[in-house]
Amino acid sequence: MHIMEGFLPPMWAAFWFAISLPVVVYGIIKLNKLIKEKPQTKSLLAVAGAFAFVLSALKLPSVTGSCSHPTGTGLGAICFGPAIASVLATIVLLFQALFLAHGGLTTLGANVFSMGIVGPVVAYIVFKTCRKVNLGVLIAVFFAAALGNWATYVTTSIQLALAFPAIDGGFMESFKIFATIFAITQIPLAIFEGLLTALIMKYIIQVRGDITDQLNVTTKAVSS
Amino acid sequence: MRSKLLSLILMLIAVLIVSVQPICLAQEEVEEEEEEVWGGADGEAGDQIIVINPNYEPWFESIWEPPSGEIESMLFSLQAAIGALIIGLFFGYYYALKKQET
Repeated sequence: MHIMEGFLPPMWAAFWFAISLPVVVYGIIKLNKLIKEKPQTKSLLAVAGAFAFVLSALKLPSVTGSCSHPTGTGLGAICFGPAIASVLATIVLLFQALFLAHGGLTTLGANVFSMGIVGPVVAYIVFKTCRKVNLGVLIAVFFAAALGNWATYVTTSIQLALAFPAIDGGFMESFKIFATIFAITQIPLAIFEGLLTALIMKYIIQVRGDITDQLNVTTKAVSS
Repeated sequence: MRSKLLSLILMLIAVLIVSVQPICLAQEEVEEEEEEVWGGADGEAGDQIIVINPNYEPWFESIWEPPSGEIESMLFSLQAAIGALIIGLFFGYYYALKKQET
């Protein structure tokens, strides 16, 4: 989902920066508040960040014959909410833009929007909805992380199609092209990310169920 | 305890299936296609941009690029290693702490 450096026209690059920046700033404020009020969550925060680090470094082969990677932001979104997850995603994306020439500084705004905002927001909403209808925590985590991952890649396709509408057919035609590259490649990887996130959540609950209770991740599970 | 072990094994199998199956499935394509196989989807999108809009010139270059593919893989592994280290530390620490309590 990384849009390569320089591959968004300046106007679109600025547009996505303008949208992403306030969310990340809000996330940093929320992050500081969380560390102040619940310092015991710091270790889990580190794990959520580290999880995104590991997963976004794994480029996996997929059915379409190309490689793509999971995002790892679902865990952070489920535990801490989308705003804080967007801060974690920004750190990962900045690392990759600076040291790996993967993604870029000019496209950072757009990449933060897809991986740091849309993905986590979708994951968060899916998680809360699954919990409302009384699905188990791990099943909810699976759906949240998988759909969050997939939403990230659909967003990238939309962003590219908006910036590069085809001469024949315009936005929809371009969207089809980019969605074929990203959204289809991503289906098995989204399932992979969902399973892996559920797995790590299972262990987190085992060793630090007290923290997930405090963050309202596991609290409603008591009744089921 | 037994059901825990079972769920762990099931999950690991699922993870394996999802990560290995594409290689088997796409084996035929590999022979037919002449372009680079198992390339990154990100780069592919970049190529498509040029197809849709041949006049587009990327207006900004990466400030620094890994000098070779090997160095790039090294940095990617480093990224994964940093993350894995932190995750391992967390689970190791609290697992031992929990064990001590009981």
